[in-house]
Amino acid sequence: MATQQGRTLGRLMLSPTIILLFIWMIVPLAMTIYFSTLNYNLLNPGMENFAGLDNYYYFLTDPSFLAAFRNTLVLVGSVLAITVVFGILIALLLDQPILGRNVVRLMVIGPFFIMPTVSALVWKNLLMHPVSGLFAWIATSIGLQPIDWFAEAPMLAIILIVSWQWLPFATLILLTALQSLDAEQREAAEMDGARSLSTFLYITLPHLARPITVVILIETIFLLSVFADIFVTTGGGPGLQTTNIAFLIYSQALMHYDVGTASAGGLVAVVIANILAFFLVRIVGRNLEA
Amino acid sequence: MARRTPVAHTITATVAAWIVGFVIFFPILWMVITSFKTELEAFNTPPSFLFFHWTTENYATVQERSNYLHHALNSIIIAGGSTLVAMVIAIPAAWSMAFVPSRRTRDILLWILSTKMMPAVGVLVPIYLIFRDLALLDTRIGLLGILCLSNLPIVVWMLFTYFKEIPKDILEASRMDGATIGRELVYVLTPMAVPGIASTILLNVILAWNEAFWTLNLSTSEAAPLTVFIASYSSPEGLFWAKLSAASTLAIAPILVLGWFTQRQLVRGLTFGAVK
Repeated sequence: MATQQGRTLGRLMLSPTIILLFIWMIVPLAMTIYFSTLNYNLLNPGMENFAGLDNYYYFLTDPSFLAAFRNTLVLVGSVLAITVVFGILIALLLDQPILGRNVVRLMVIGPFFIMPTVSALVWKNLLMHPVSGLFAWIATSIGLQPIDWFAEAPMLAIILIVSWQWLPFATLILLTALQSLDAEQREAAEMDGARSLSTFLYITLPHLARPITVVILIETIFLLSVFADIFVTTGGGPGLQTTNIAFLIYSQALMHYDVGTASAGGLVAVVIANILAFFLVRIVGRNLEA
Repeated sequence: MARRTPVAHTITATVAAWIVGFVIFFPILWMVITSFKTELEAFNTPPSFLFFHWTTENYATVQERSNYLHHALNSIIIAGGSTLVAMVIAIPAAWSMAFVPSRRTRDILLWILSTKMMPAVGVLVPIYLIFRDLALLDTRIGLLGILCLSNLPIVVWMLFTYFKEIPKDILEASRMDGATIGRELVYVLTPMAVPGIASTILLNVILAWNEAFWTLNLSTSEAAPLTVFIASYSSPEGLFWAKLSAASTLAIAPILVLGWFTQRQLVRGLTFGAVK
């Protein structure tokens, strides 16, 4: 039972956040929309003119957009599949009685705290280098031909690096969820003669459905804008093989200085992200008894 | 009653878990080991794992040749500063939503969350142009502001979920005892809010420290934090593995330690309270 004075104070305390976030969201977005209707290249200042929807036409019909779109889907889809599947397996493993569980958990969670530029460069050089990398040495010692990762399978290389960064996140969330699963519930099922596989399928997995959804949605939002890993390893290449939408927009804006097309692309990215955000906000909202 | 688990089961699970943990952690370990090798040794095949001449010369060279401390200082200022400013803005907001909720609080919270969903690349062009026109490119203050804004939604949300757990009865009780709003804030609520505030600060420092989209696009040298400094090792002439490893180890060590302390809060902060 808030007093009138309390309510006014509350509104006053809330307003800086709202005003700042509103400006932060609306001003750049409005500018992006405006720029996206212009012929505007930073190399020809003062030559801007209205272009209607031409930029969207160019961006969406440009073969590099299709390539980038496909790459984005492949990257996001593969990393999601890898992190969720292995995340479940590792979380189940860590939920077992383990000696030194805390140490193991620290090791598993480690990669999440590594800045993307570090993990990308360490993987690219120390591990994936075709001659002196550790993977090459392992391949040669078991009699295989070492893979030149960034020439032969650049996208796979990026997928592995990004998956390594996000596996801890999935694992940690699923482990947290597993630990909240009532042990008695599981024991009851086992007493009733349920085998461990059916316990997993009918009790554990349904319990994990929500956390898995949350992992997928949050990871997707971050994975759609993977940038630094590509920036320091492949620069989007060879050709367009590792250019995702985020990197394509970056290269149009800051390498080709084509503000109009980059803005149109930016809006396309905003629309894609918003569709996903819609679902995430609904899930979180359902959980919020404010 | 917990059943006793068979010893064999414990042993299998322990061995498997340690192997998995070691494999996942290995790239970090390998980087740290490489940072103590000479450049020549770093390239050697077969690689030496423990039995080589350990040296700390890379750490000295990294500082001498590339002014590591300058970039570390930038990281500290940008990550720390953006967190502090975000806290100053967010604490009152989260406070009021947790303690004086209105009919619209839920919608406001969800709207705040939705601002975090905006992909940074969607507003790269205008932000870059605004920065150029205001001479903010490659300045610490510019990066500090951007990171503050981009993390503000997470900060508000985390604080809100913590504040919400503070029992409201305690307020009533202190009011009955005649405490004023000011005394209530200082003596009753603040002590109960400190753990939540501390976790929020830690998580936000980690996020800002590792942020690598705005920092890479908006800074080059003067204001460049460690993310950008490490990225400079991607150029062909910069491929000195031992030095890359030494610089990387220095860049991640403090945050890895912080991160390990905050792993529980991490789940909460990054899922916006959807998983606890």
